[in-house]
Amino acid sequence: MEEKKGRYGLYGGQYIPETLIPAVQEVEREYEKYKNDPEFRQELKYLLEQYAGRPSLLYYAEKMTKDLGGAKIYLKREDLNHTGSHKINNVLGQVLLAKKMGKKRVIAETGAGQHGVATATAAALMGLECEIFMGKEDTDRQVLNCYRMELLGAKVHPVTSGTMTLKDAVNETMREWATRMDDTLYVLGSVMGPHPFPMIVRDFQKIIGEEIRQQLMEAEGKLPDAVIACVGGGSNAMGAFYEFIPETSVRLIGCEAAGLGVDNPKNAATIANGTVGIFHGMKSLFCQDEYGQIAPVYSISAGLDYPGIGPEHANLYETGRAQYVPVTDDEAVEAFEYLSRTEGIIPAIESAHAVAYAKKIAPEFDKNQIIVVNISGRGDKDVAAIARYRGVEIFD
Amino acid sequence: MSRIGHAFENKKAFIAFVTGGDPDLETTEALIPKMAEAGADLIEIGIPFSDPIAEGVVIQEADVRALSAGTTTDKLFNMVKRVREKVEIPLVFMTYMNPVYTYGTEKFAGKCAECGIDGVIIPDVPFEEKDEVRDACKTAGIELISMIAPTSKERISMIAREAEGFLYCVSSLGVTGVRSRITTNISEMVNQVREVSDIPCAIGFGIATPEQASEMAAVSDGAIVGSAIVKIIAKHGRDCIEPVCEYVKEMKAAVASV
Repeated sequence: MEEKKGRYGLYGGQYIPETLIPAVQEVEREYEKYKNDPEFRQELKYLLEQYAGRPSLLYYAEKMTKDLGGAKIYLKREDLNHTGSHKINNVLGQVLLAKKMGKKRVIAETGAGQHGVATATAAALMGLECEIFMGKEDTDRQVLNCYRMELLGAKVHPVTSGTMTLKDAVNETMREWATRMDDTLYVLGSVMGPHPFPMIVRDFQKIIGEEIRQQLMEAEGKLPDAVIACVGGGSNAMGAFYEFIPETSVRLIGCEAAGLGVDNPKNAATIANGTVGIFHGMKSLFCQDEYGQIAPVYSISAGLDYPGIGPEHANLYETGRAQYVPVTDDEAVEAFEYLSRTEGIIPAIESAHAVAYAKKIAPEFDKNQIIVVNISGRGDKDVAAIARYRGVEIFD
Repeated sequence: MSRIGHAFENKKAFIAFVTGGDPDLETTEALIPKMAEAGADLIEIGIPFSDPIAEGVVIQEADVRALSAGTTTDKLFNMVKRVREKVEIPLVFMTYMNPVYTYGTEKFAGKCAECGIDGVIIPDVPFEEKDEVRDACKTAGIELISMIAPTSKERISMIAREAEGFLYCVSSLGVTGVRSRITTNISEMVNQVREVSDIPCAIGFGIATPEQASEMAAVSDGAIVGSAIVKIIAKHGRDCIEPVCEYVKEMKAAVASV
């Protein structure tokens, strides 16, 4: 899809201060050196299989299929990975790269804490120092994940600037990297930021789609008719979609967080409401006002609570190759509960956005058609928030 | 020679930064001519941005104050147009790419020229992404100020060759803000520039005291001070004009004494 280095059509690029340019160029150079290095690939394969538990299952959701009465539904079980989400795929790759580059320390942003926990885990495993930047609002909402990161030996910095959420955590991690880059790698958590990060994160996540193809071939002898995934920055969706981009018979559907509704200011639906802008190192779509001030966004899901989207998604949208749909808090919570009761699988509230849309469209499909839903993470972290949403007071 | 070039003619320049609209536009409008009178050779006016990734806490907070006070790019243009009638020194905007792009890059550059802005500094547009703004600036006749950093090394000559106005030399790693010591070898950076270009080099990031300013000016063509001024504005609010001008006089004297 890349037309020019680091570009996806109009989108992408390297819009960062001069101070950081040599650092991203170093990452690009080293990544190009290692990505096809047999030893690096072997080590990563070993970690993915023996440590993270890959391949993740592709599970036929028979009860859900029968209940919805349309397409056969398969669930890609990224929630079963070590640390409970797809984030581990990327961090094992990036932290291993950091180690090969001779870095002593990794830093990362996190929203809900999934990427922070995964980064802290990989850093503990590979013996690197780890510091995580997390919006103050999120450290308050996700106390357990903060403690989890500390257990893993990471230092968590609550970010008090701006809206004190994910975008501010990214700002602060970039500032920290500009201060100290000789021994430090910024392990970006999604397919966003300046080149080469959207490419690197996609490359480390594309294993999701590759496994889906292989597993579905074994089970059904054909390609899926649709692949559905939730989209914040877009790493689990990019990972699930990438393998199928050339297969035009496969519909690719990204589910954005519409919060209280796309017409309500409290949403994070970047494709539905965003316009082209340049921020966090990339040209892409952003929720912003007429003067280019980045908008405060909202979603029940801290992992989708981001005002932008990765540049490759912006291009998939613009070229019409993928479709992006808004899913509200209400729909996501309903799907969270539905999957828990129907299949005994508690999905992350992020992934529940994808489940919600699958529920909506499955009945329109024929019974011999197949929908794969990417369950990007598990929902343990969300139980307390869902209880609160339903008016039940429990303490996490 | 451009107005920016004149600011460095036969002297070391003292460059002052203020965030436009901090604490409100009226204060900035009154402050700029007074800073020019107090000796500022060039003034950078920050267009506040919600997410200024190259700024330290002091300027981040100034951006929040300015945006909360209702500052917009259009209101800043109108203010600058009135200020331009009162001051002769060069005025440049410092902001991030998103406010420029969203405004419409060509429209933005044209409006800068119309209001008497001489150049723009956009920290998140490095050399590799200059295409984003270069033609629009050229067409409008405003100068695009480039930056070099302690990490630039062999990139310096490439950047310096195409630099316009003056070259903004970032003194230290990290973000803007006061530092007790500047450890980068600034003369070495400036010498690398000198090998390929005679563009004026001004040093910014971390300069707060007259001693630092004269030390930096001694090895370059000028000193840029932002956070130290913004701190005075944060402390005194609408009554900041007198203390800021006192400070500018002192800093100008330090730079001129070199």
